[in-house]
Amino acid sequence: MTAESALAQKVTVRDLKFFYGDTLALKSISLPLYEKKVTAFIGPSGCGKSTLLRVLNRMYDLYPRQRAEGVVLLDGEDILAPKTDINLLRSRIGMVFQKPTPFPMSIYDNIAFGIKLYERLPKAELDQRVEMALRGAALWDEVKDKLQASGLSLSGGQQQRLCIARTVAIQPEVILLDEPASALDPISTAKVEELIDELSARYTIAIVTHNMQQAARVSDYTAFMYLGSVIEFDETSKLFTAPQQKQTQDYITGRFG
Amino acid sequence: MSRTLRTRRKILSLVIMGLSMAATLFGLSFLAMILGTLLFKGLAGLNLAVFTQMTPPPGAKGGLLNAIAGSLVMTTGGVLIGAPIGMLAGIYMAEYGKGTRLTIVVRFINDILLSAPSIIIGLFVYEIYVAEVGHFSGIAGIIALAIMVVPVVVRTTEDMLLLVPGTLKEAAAAMGLPRSIFIRRIALKAARAGLITGVLLAVARVSGETAPLLFTALSNQFWSWNINAPLANLPMAIFQFALSPYKDWQQLAWTGALLITSAVLALSITARILGAQGTRK
Repeated sequence: MTAESALAQKVTVRDLKFFYGDTLALKSISLPLYEKKVTAFIGPSGCGKSTLLRVLNRMYDLYPRQRAEGVVLLDGEDILAPKTDINLLRSRIGMVFQKPTPFPMSIYDNIAFGIKLYERLPKAELDQRVEMALRGAALWDEVKDKLQASGLSLSGGQQQRLCIARTVAIQPEVILLDEPASALDPISTAKVEELIDELSARYTIAIVTHNMQQAARVSDYTAFMYLGSVIEFDETSKLFTAPQQKQTQDYITGRFG
Repeated sequence: MSRTLRTRRKILSLVIMGLSMAATLFGLSFLAMILGTLLFKGLAGLNLAVFTQMTPPPGAKGGLLNAIAGSLVMTTGGVLIGAPIGMLAGIYMAEYGKGTRLTIVVRFINDILLSAPSIIIGLFVYEIYVAEVGHFSGIAGIIALAIMVVPVVVRTTEDMLLLVPGTLKEAAAAMGLPRSIFIRRIALKAARAGLITGVLLAVARVSGETAPLLFTALSNQFWSWNINAPLANLPMAIFQFALSPYKDWQQLAWTGALLITSAVLALSITARILGAQGTRK
C-alpha cells in the first residue's frame, strides 16, 4: 500500500475486523480517508466495502449481532470506543444510501428536520439554510416552487439529491455514499457525480460503487477490496493505470468479479 | 405437453373454479339476505323521532336518542382509553422489544385476547369493577370496551410499524436521530394510514358488542349523561326490544340494528380506503 502521507488524514482505519455474528466479514483493514478528498471503494459483491462504510458511522450498532474490533480514528479520536456519542458522531459523519429514502414529509421539512435537530434557528435563517442545502445538491431550481409538496412525490434521481441535500444541511465533516447512483438513470447519475465533485471541495467523501468508471471519474483515491481485505489502496489514477497487484488488475480489466 | 394432459388440466381448472364460485355465492347470499332484511325492516321505522326521542315504555311511541348517545359516549370512551394503550404497546413491540421474549409472549397473549369471547370480557369487568362498586355503570361499559379495543390496536400498530422500511430507519439513524424522535416524527407518520385503519376497525368491532355491556353498563330507559350509573346503549336496546312482545319496540330494534350496521359498514369502508391509500404511497 503506497500513498502520499503529506495529506491530512480525516479518518484513519487501523487493523479493523468486523463480525456478523461469528462470521468474519472484514479481515484487518487499515487505510486512511484524506481530508477533502474522495475515496472510492470498489470490489465484487460481498467483498466488504459496504460493511466498511457502515462501520465508519457505526450504523451496525442498530443490529445486535454485529460488532467491530480495531481502531477507527476521526480527527484522532477512536469512534469505536464505548463512550462515543453515536448520534453526535452521525451528525459529523453523514450517509447517503443506495435507495433514496426521503422522509414522509414535505421537501422543505425533509431538510429542515435535520437542521432543527441540532440548531435552533429563526425562520428566515432556517429558510436560508434549506435553500442553501437544496442549491448545494443542485435541486433548488427543480423544487423551489413546490417546497411544501411531499418528498415522496419527486423522481428517483431528485429524491436521491434530496437525501444528499438533507445530509449536507446538517453540516457534517465526512459524507459516506453507499452506491448512491446505482438505482438512478444515466442523467441523474451524471448529476449526482457532478455533485460529488463539488462537495469534495468542502467535505471528506467515501463512496462505495460497483461502477469502476464512476470510481475513476469521481475519486482521488481508490481502495480495491476482495473477500474482506483491502488488496490495494492508491491514488485513483495510479490504481487504474498501473495496479501493483494482479488481483486488482484482473478486476479492473473485467477478468473476474 | 400432450393433448390429453392439457384437456385434463383445463377440466380440473373449470371444476375447481366452479366450486369456488359456488362457495362464494353461498357465503355472499347470506350476507345479502341479512342486509336486505335489515334494510327492509329497519327503513320502515326510520324517521326523525328515532334521533330525537327517548326509548319509550311499552306501547308508546319513541326513539333511540338516549341509546345512541350512550353508545357514542361508551365507544368514544373505550377507544380514547384503549387506543393509546394499544398503540404504546404496539410501538414497544415493533421498535424497542423486537424479537425479545417479552414481545413474543405479549403477542401470543394479545392474540388470545383478540379472539376471546366478548362475554368473558364483560364478566371479567363485572367481577373486578361492577361487583366492587355495587352497581352497573357507563364507566364499567367503557372499561369493557377499552379492553376489547386494546388487542386490535396492539396488533395493527405492531404490524404497521414493522412494515415501515428498514432503510428509512437506517436513514434516520444516519442523521443522528434518537430513536424516540424517529418513532414520533417518521415511523408513526409513515404508518399513519394503517394506524388510523386499526383504530377505525377497533371502533367498528366494539360499537356493535352487546355481551360486554350486558354485565357492565346494562341499560337505561331514560336520558342520562351520568357515566357512573347504568347507561343506555344501542346493542342493549336492540337486545331488549327485539325479545319483547310489543310491535313498536320490535320496530325500534330493527331500526337500531340498521343504524349500527350502517355505522360499522361506513367505518369499515373508510378504513379500507385509508388503508389502500397507505399502501399505495
